[in-house]
Amino acid sequence: MIDIQDLNVVFGHGKQAFHAVRQVSLAVEAGQSFGLVGESGSGKTTVLRALAGLLDRVASVSGEMTVDGESLHQQRSKSFRQRVQMVFQDPYGSLHPRHTVDTILSEPARVHRLDRIEQRVVAALEEVGLDASFRFRYPHQISGGQRQRVSVARALITEPRIVLLDEPTSALDVSVQAEVLNLLMRLKRERGLTYVLVSHNLAVVAHMCETLSVMQNGAIVETMSVQQLREHHSTMPYTRQLLTASLGYDRNAIDAFEEFGS
Amino acid sequence: MSSIRRVADSMTDSPLLSVEDLHVTYHTPTGPVLAVKGVSFELGREKLGIVGESGSGKSQTGRAILGLTAPGGEVRAKRLEFDGTDLLHANKRTMRRIRGGGISMIMQDPKYSLNPVMTVGKQIEEAFLVHSNDSKREARRRTLEMLRAVQIREPERVYRAYPHEVSGGMGQRIMIAMMMIPEPSIIIADEPTSALDVTVQLQVLAVLDDMISERGMGLIFISHDLNLIASFCDRILIMYGGQVMEECRADELAQAKHPYTRGLLNCLPRLDGSQDELAVLRRDPAWLEIREKIS
Repeated sequence: MIDIQDLNVVFGHGKQAFHAVRQVSLAVEAGQSFGLVGESGSGKTTVLRALAGLLDRVASVSGEMTVDGESLHQQRSKSFRQRVQMVFQDPYGSLHPRHTVDTILSEPARVHRLDRIEQRVVAALEEVGLDASFRFRYPHQISGGQRQRVSVARALITEPRIVLLDEPTSALDVSVQAEVLNLLMRLKRERGLTYVLVSHNLAVVAHMCETLSVMQNGAIVETMSVQQLREHHSTMPYTRQLLTASLGYDRNAIDAFEEFGS
Repeated sequence: MSSIRRVADSMTDSPLLSVEDLHVTYHTPTGPVLAVKGVSFELGREKLGIVGESGSGKSQTGRAILGLTAPGGEVRAKRLEFDGTDLLHANKRTMRRIRGGGISMIMQDPKYSLNPVMTVGKQIEEAFLVHSNDSKREARRRTLEMLRAVQIREPERVYRAYPHEVSGGMGQRIMIAMMMIPEPSIIIADEPTSALDVTVQLQVLAVLDDMISERGMGLIFISHDLNLIASFCDRILIMYGGQVMEECRADELAQAKHPYTRGLLNCLPRLDGSQDELAVLRRDPAWLEIREKIS
């Protein structure tokens, strides 16, 4: 479904050039969930944005990307934008503050010239567990979890096959996170969606995905199945350290932490 | 050493801080908002965790102790006592002495808590000099010593650096250095490492942990992260809707009884768990009512 070969992303030029993604290759099959984990600055979000075609004006992107049989060029086709949708991290920043939920949800449908927009909006809201009374509210009138549900509904309205999830729950309380993760899992089952999930939270990735890549300094350090992750079958010291750290505070383990510098 | 510290040292067994029936109310045009409703606890020389979701009143509790409740907020308590001083009725001068010198606070994001136009060294020195009569030379010496103590490898360079020149983890170590240098007996840390990567987070906490145990201080650690609090602290208060739902020893969190605590624990995805549906927290209004009747 998704095939990326030797992706490189460089921001800036000459001496100020910053090589954010280095030789990244990955493959995601249809109906799978693929996780990208790493610490801040590891390039995981940049891979996602490069795939979505959000970087072409601000960075130089090279490499082969194929999605659903379509080889991606500088300008993404309209049908690509319909089939591939994205959910962003911050539900506060990614919804227009002066648009009602109804406007937010109907805009992508209008852009893609879909029919029966009103029914689609109501159906999408229902699908994410919000009743029709939310249609004419503004983002500031609903909670963070409800906002993230609206973001998911917005991604669903064009009936995509692939959804790119950029830290979809890291701004949410854990009880709300559970609701949103359950929602994403159900939608995947019902619609056969393919997910690429970016997260710094190993437990969230273990819960959602089948395969994951660990990134560091722009490169993929290791690709493994979630089963291997659960059983701590990791060959790379960097991954092992991330695993240890995600288990909680252990004073003795911390002294053994290494710097994995650039 | 400040007089506050010496008095505290002489009565090791009594608690450093007593909070009894603390209420924080905000009066808004649409009526009063009860942010904290009858919280009571005592803090000794230990690491006490306060855990809760957003809006649980955990930060408001921390701020009320230091008299940092935002304007418009009303703080009431049967007792709010630090080392024999009634914090509710202390005058401004006493409060200035206690803030930093007796109780110090570490905030979430060093980017916003450090002065961007002042070097790191000068800011730490300032924190020291406000609470002591020592010379500037001594202040500089102590500052460099403190930067070394928080595991900063090149203290001289960091001393001269501005906050934007250091990383997030380094910034939070600098905050710890600044809060520690007046030798307070209590540190209130409000989500001190939530903005950091997980490995950096643990390294910063290790620095804090070592200093707290070496100096025999008390720590109030406020966080939304149950796993982190359970593994880092000695004792935990679980807050919801401005009230303490349950109190337990950190190593016994897994056996917690209260349905809210159980609900929070169950809705966390686990590394070793399955991909089944996560349990969803069902909030019961009775959790809040029953307690109000008791108090």
